Amino acid sequence: MAGKHKTERPVLVGRATRILVLLGGILLAASLCNATTPSENAVPSIFDPRSTQAESIYHLSRFVLAITGLIFLVVFSLLAYVVIKFRNRTVDATSEPAQVYGSTQIELAWTVIPILIVVVLFLATARVIHAIQDAPKPAAAVEVTAIGHQFWWEFRYPALGIVTANELHIPVSDPAHPTPTFLKLLSADTDHSFWVPQLAGKTDLIPNKVNETWIDSHQTGVFLGQCAQYCGTQHAKMLLRVSVDSPEEFQTWAQAEKQPANQDDREIAGKRVFERTACVNCHAIGATNATGHFGPDLTHLMSRHTIAAGAAENTKENLRLWIQNPDAIKPGSLMPAMKLSDVDLDALVRYLETLQ
Amino acid sequence: MSSDAMAIQTAEVRGAQPWVQTLHEWVTTVDHKRLGILYVLLALIFLIIGGIEATIIRIQLMRPHNDFVSPQVFNRMFTMHGTTMIFFVIMPVMFGFANYLVPLMIGARDMAFPRLNAFSFWLTAFGACLLYFSLIGGSGLYGAGNAPDVGWWAYAPLTSRAFSPGHSSDYWTIALLVSGFGSVGAGINIIGTILCMRCPGMKLGRMPLLAWLNLVMAGLVLITITPLSAAQIMLLVDRYLGGHFFDTQAGGSAALWMHFFWIFGHPEVYILVIPAFAFVSEIIPVFSRKPIFGYPVMVGATVAIAFVSLSVWAHHMFSIGMSSYSNSFFVLTTMVIAVPTGIKIFNWLGTMWGGKIQFKIPMLFCIGFLFQFLIAGLTGIMQGAAPFDWQLTGSYFVVAHFHYVIVGGIVFALFAAFYYWFPKITGRMLNETLGKLHFWLFLIGFHLTFDTMHIPGMLGMPRRIYTYEPGRGWDTWNLIVTIGAFIQGVAILVFVANLVFSYFSGPKAGNDPWDAWTLEWSVSSPPPAYNFASIPTVASRRPLWDRKHPEDPDSRYE
Amino acid sequence: MSAITTPITQAPEAWSLTYRGKVAMACLIIAESAIFTIFVVAYLFYVGKSLTGPTPREVLETPIFYTICLLSSSLTIHVASGFLERGKRGSFLGFWLLTIVLGALFIYGTAQEWHRLIYEHGLTISTNLFGTTYYSLVGLHATHVTVGLLMLTVVLLFGLSGHVGREQSARVDVLSMYWHFVDAVWVVVFTVVYVLGR
Repeated sequence: MAGKHKTERPVLVGRATRILVLLGGILLAASLCNATTPSENAVPSIFDPRSTQAESIYHLSRFVLAITGLIFLVVFSLLAYVVIKFRNRTVDATSEPAQVYGSTQIELAWTVIPILIVVVLFLATARVIHAIQDAPKPAAAVEVTAIGHQFWWEFRYPALGIVTANELHIPVSDPAHPTPTFLKLLSADTDHSFWVPQLAGKTDLIPNKVNETWIDSHQTGVFLGQCAQYCGTQHAKMLLRVSVDSPEEFQTWAQAEKQPANQDDREIAGKRVFERTACVNCHAIGATNATGHFGPDLTHLMSRHTIAAGAAENTKENLRLWIQNPDAIKPGSLMPAMKLSDVDLDALVRYLETLQ
Repeated sequence: MSSDAMAIQTAEVRGAQPWVQTLHEWVTTVDHKRLGILYVLLALIFLIIGGIEATIIRIQLMRPHNDFVSPQVFNRMFTMHGTTMIFFVIMPVMFGFANYLVPLMIGARDMAFPRLNAFSFWLTAFGACLLYFSLIGGSGLYGAGNAPDVGWWAYAPLTSRAFSPGHSSDYWTIALLVSGFGSVGAGINIIGTILCMRCPGMKLGRMPLLAWLNLVMAGLVLITITPLSAAQIMLLVDRYLGGHFFDTQAGGSAALWMHFFWIFGHPEVYILVIPAFAFVSEIIPVFSRKPIFGYPVMVGATVAIAFVSLSVWAHHMFSIGMSSYSNSFFVLTTMVIAVPTGIKIFNWLGTMWGGKIQFKIPMLFCIGFLFQFLIAGLTGIMQGAAPFDWQLTGSYFVVAHFHYVIVGGIVFALFAAFYYWFPKITGRMLNETLGKLHFWLFLIGFHLTFDTMHIPGMLGMPRRIYTYEPGRGWDTWNLIVTIGAFIQGVAILVFVANLVFSYFSGPKAGNDPWDAWTLEWSVSSPPPAYNFASIPTVASRRPLWDRKHPEDPDSRYE
Repeated sequence: MSAITTPITQAPEAWSLTYRGKVAMACLIIAESAIFTIFVVAYLFYVGKSLTGPTPREVLETPIFYTICLLSSSLTIHVASGFLERGKRGSFLGFWLLTIVLGALFIYGTAQEWHRLIYEHGLTISTNLFGTTYYSLVGLHATHVTVGLLMLTVVLLFGLSGHVGREQSARVDVLSMYWHFVDAVWVVVFTVVYVLGR
């Protein structure tokens, strides 16, 4: 069993090179994925920060990557060296190499140096933890309460008197006069997690617990995210869309949201369908008799780009399909199929389309 | 002892007895070698099943908005995959190897408690069957009462009656409760064996590292599995007796479940990995032709890892809103545990340094282990930096990290152990060509899948999602990950084929095919039922080295 | 190579390791301690957090007498073990029986207390956080006492039929280790529930 094979060296070097090239290619490609379109940032990369918090995480991550990268290079080189240099070259099975049992100095060296690295990493990390978690809330901060539901997001702006769902609008923050958005995170049922990578690290929404996070973004744009803590069947389609607006855009949006529901009497038939069926049990529409809280507030439904927490675009066809058969879009969501007649359904959709 | 006396018979004679009798011997055995094999066979069966679940997951995620399976089925798949792989693959296979090897390596005839050994195995097997019975056992509301779909951590309050009607969660809870008691029994047995059954001369400082590391693992089992058992009892109280342990409506805390679960969950991964360290610590010296570098430090580092591992659990909870002081504490402990772990890697390298490395198949897998465990440890440190973790946790980066540890580290070490000890267990060598094919295919498939998998995580893809939106930059990476999964599947099939083929027609191994130094290589392959004709006396850590090199025994230098 | 063993080059010194029964029981005790610790942590975490329902101060009565019973049973079992080691079977059986009686009294006391809590104060495991954690922790302990009593009774029966003598002393010691553990857990539970938690 001690027979020696052909020289393994080219094989091993080839393997190592292959793996390195693969890793290098992957890293290169990953860095290229940061390219974004001007208005919508399609790729929610953690290495494309667009807010203070995301940036400070990004800087820490680069520091950590640099250190771990260095450690990898050192240890990998040692491994490669050992594997190449000390391979068994002779067929001489009876001569054993020098039997070395250990070395106290070497053990000390490779204990002390890692301890020092740990101290450095810990201090760098603790600083950023404190800066993010214990950040003071300026007086001009916008306050939002986010409540996680299975499988949608409720957003309330207590100071502005706004209730909306799934798509968050926040004002851009001027470094000279910061207006960050501070979110209080609650849950109505199970655990969820608010994750919009370009704007902040994730923070969980846990029932019977109040968490907080903040977004201080210096550039406008639309940023994508989604729930990051498994919360049940449709965890995958509990998407987030955050629009960081210019001050004027934010004002316009907030003003529109504060208005009561559009009272368009042309679609009274559809409004009757809404008021007289089970819709009102779950949904609220401002200034109507619909005050249900189990499902999203629909007062300004048409101001949103998507429905069903991002599961579908907000179009007439999708709206109709959603009400008729939610399972076609989001199987396992808690919206029941409403079993409306085609006439009622069409009227209802026309009515909903008036809710600008 | 009569059933074991029959084990002395040669295969030919045994073939003459009715198969029912053989089956009965195996089902009623209390022999540590047979129970070890049963554990390993159980693990291999569930490895295939868990692998099928993984394949289903990967096919579904191959492209966005795929409809290979429904979200309900997908959620059951990832729950069952995780639960199966951890509790019914890795844990049993490690107990199996420990059961088989520890008595042989310490010069004993069996484990300290042979009947407890059998009881522990059958509890584990029963737990596995109970978990899988959920697939067919009854169907309550919404098709619940099928396989559990709450994730392998079963976070509250998702597991409460309100959000998990039917019995699917109960199958998870009770199956793991039962097999957990089996694990504790196995742990007690390993400790009793190592502390009380060592042969004369084998002081604790002369035991093979495999024995030491399994001792530490067994100690961890006692205080790690039990918190999960306690939490599961509490969950049953909530679900069946109206209790409020995790009932947030009554003032209960969802975070409390998380703490209890991860107080189990983190040391659990050390229970999984420490036996892998043990394999590598036995195999690398033999194929480097040198003793392990720094034996006392290796023991000390492992004990340190076990202790520190009890203090890091909340690094799985960095995003749940603990205070900055709590988060910082767990950052510190998480980083600290890297120190003894790194020391072990350096000691393995130190063993190879100055040696005459033979690239036999066990050694190939060990080298793969070193490379991959290094990377896994480094991605672990990245997540130990809590703010970085606020981006990485709950995403595919974590999934990539822990599969890197478990597959790239533990499974590679396991393959090394299979190729190394298969000759001892069966008397035949595993086929070299199939072995090399297995190694290279698995290496390529592993890296294709798990190197790539880090990327969608960094691009914002959360875990446990049955589908994802196109255009977020995740699509191609997911496809590559799936392709790698198929390659790994093929490699596993090659491995299983090798096991079966070699069992029947592999070349005879003899007592000591690797020219190794621990006591198991001093007996025949397979060993006789009584292990040793007379209990040996040892004077050093490598008794067979002493015997083969009487002019230069280890006992002079230790 | 046949299965030869290492030749004995020197006469080995006396090689004896610990009795494995003791090691196994110590391991079991460690494992059980971990389970109890988790229940104690849950109890302490939820002190004062019940939203409604009876509070500990309102309904708990300190079970001094039954605690004395249980803790003295540790003493009696210790004495019993001592007698068995010296081969005094009769005295052993007497003190062993006394241990069982004291343990049974403790269980009776627990049952009595639960009856009072349920029927007079309406406190059940589903009433509130206090009810859940109280019944779980005390119940877990009582279960362990009951299992212990069953095993003690088995030994009593074996003893009465003459099968327990000096040779079984080590095994009986292992069982008494378990009994001491159960008593030690009660000290902790008592402190947490009746002292700290009120």
